[in-house]
Amino acid sequence: MPSQSRLSNQRTRSAWLFLTPMLLILAAVAAWPLFRTIYFSFTDARLDGMDEAQWVGILNYLEYVDYGDGDGEYFGLLADEQWWMSVWNTLKFSFVSVFFETIFGVIVALVLNVNFKGRGLVRAAVLIPWAIPTIVSAKMWAWMLHDQFGILNDILLNLHLIAEPVAWTATPDTAMVAVLIVDIWKTTPFMALLILAGLQMVPDDVYEAARIDGVHPVKVFFKVTLPLIKPAVLVAVIFRALDALRVFDLIYVLTPNSEKTRTMSVFAQENLFQFDKFAYGSAASTLLFLIIAIITIAYMKIVGLNFDEER
Amino acid sequence: MPKLVREVSFYALVTIIVVISIFPFYYAILTSFKSGTALFTIDYFPKDFSLQNYAHVLTEGSFVRNILNSVFVATSVVVLSLLLALTAAYALARIRFKGRTLLLLTILSVSMFPQIAVLAGLFEIIRWMGIYNTPWALIFSYMIFTLPFTVWLLTTFMRALPLEIEEAAIVDGATPLDIIFKVFLPLMWPAMVTTGLLAFIAAWNEFLLALTFISNDSQRTVPVAIALISGASEFEVPWGSIMAASVIVTVPLIILVLIFQRKIVSGLTAGAVKG
Repeated sequence: MPSQSRLSNQRTRSAWLFLTPMLLILAAVAAWPLFRTIYFSFTDARLDGMDEAQWVGILNYLEYVDYGDGDGEYFGLLADEQWWMSVWNTLKFSFVSVFFETIFGVIVALVLNVNFKGRGLVRAAVLIPWAIPTIVSAKMWAWMLHDQFGILNDILLNLHLIAEPVAWTATPDTAMVAVLIVDIWKTTPFMALLILAGLQMVPDDVYEAARIDGVHPVKVFFKVTLPLIKPAVLVAVIFRALDALRVFDLIYVLTPNSEKTRTMSVFAQENLFQFDKFAYGSAASTLLFLIIAIITIAYMKIVGLNFDEER
Repeated sequence: MPKLVREVSFYALVTIIVVISIFPFYYAILTSFKSGTALFTIDYFPKDFSLQNYAHVLTEGSFVRNILNSVFVATSVVVLSLLLALTAAYALARIRFKGRTLLLLTILSVSMFPQIAVLAGLFEIIRWMGIYNTPWALIFSYMIFTLPFTVWLLTTFMRALPLEIEEAAIVDGATPLDIIFKVFLPLMWPAMVTTGLLAFIAAWNEFLLALTFISNDSQRTVPVAIALISGASEFEVPWGSIMAASVIVTVPLIILVLIFQRKIVSGLTAGAVKG
């Protein structure tokens, strides 16, 4: 029918018309800036001299300086120990925090999935850490983790779990632990809610059947529940992992200047805007983007996540 | 296990979860009411009730201005992204065209983007537009995270609406714009509220871009203002003021979350699980 196809042509045209403003803005805030960041990483751009930026090739990434006597040294991001340290910190932070968040998230979700009196209140309470701004959580915990007047040391001393106060955020060895505690506290609710949504899609008769057959609850969890909520957990994990890999605010506020917690994002931001090494920071941003992209693609391939949802 | 033991341990677990969730904020409130040397004694229950920290935060420095900045930025971001996302979501949810799935996936991937990767380029654009150190820099740059997820969420919600509702309008010869604003908008209010709330919270809490694109105190938003509260020296951090400021910016959020609990949960999970 010609009139039918005219109508659908008209609809397709209006679809693109409706999408254009949104796509233009996304191009302006995401695509173009990403392209420029990558470009800057191959130049000698400076914070107040971006227009005079000259192309320098891969010097920001790797440069061999020959001292002329057969001796030489590598410079650049790829030879920068501080950078690799921040890569390692980021990976460690992301893996450990997402690991514990998943476990605690499953526990909280299982609890919230039980029908008990006051469940609504408990769910509201669980949402509170999620609603608190990250900066506020960082400050609240910084005070609780205070070496002299912190309540956490007081609790642990009273329980005889530690013999003397710990300077959580100031000691290199515990700085990462402090950051992890706060991050896990703050983001477990998100994990729990996503997993809870998955749990609620499991039909009740599955549990009923298992109960009648007298299967032990722990076995039911591992053999029935877990496989059924696996897709929800895998999606929640990738969302959280992507968030953890770009972590900035928590670390910037809770443990500033600590080498043991400096992540890729903090490294890049500091170089870009505080150390006047704009091009070098751009190179770090570019590498960070590549590393996160590779991890994401690898994860999707390994767990077989499929985001296609053509219905 | 006997039923009683099971019940008791279940409620013990519930109690632990609740205490861990709310204790830090409870303790922040408790601290915010302390003044002077009371700050340096550890109390588990409220003892002092001094409003000194609140008075200090609200009268000295630019904190009130910072709150207004945050309200302005977050509200503008919500209005702008909902407006752009509603029409885009209509196209993505209700019109079949080539490349639709690819487009949705691209939009989703932008929302997961490490923002630091675009920071250098954004800085250049923002300076070029002459909006550096103004709220507009934040409203503009926040689109990178609010727009993708508002589009994604509204698309998900719009897909769930039955096909028939627009058929009558199409037969009557209504234009697509009419269909969006006269047929869908009235039905989409609940979804718009959910999406708008999530966008508001995200914009209210943002730190990295606000730290980078604003350089003077009176233009800052609250997260950066709180992060930068400092005393005369490293050893005189004004914890009381910091806690009072924290409570002031968090209480509205918590009230919003408690009122719209169900909506927020449905929004968070629709964005992820259905993806």
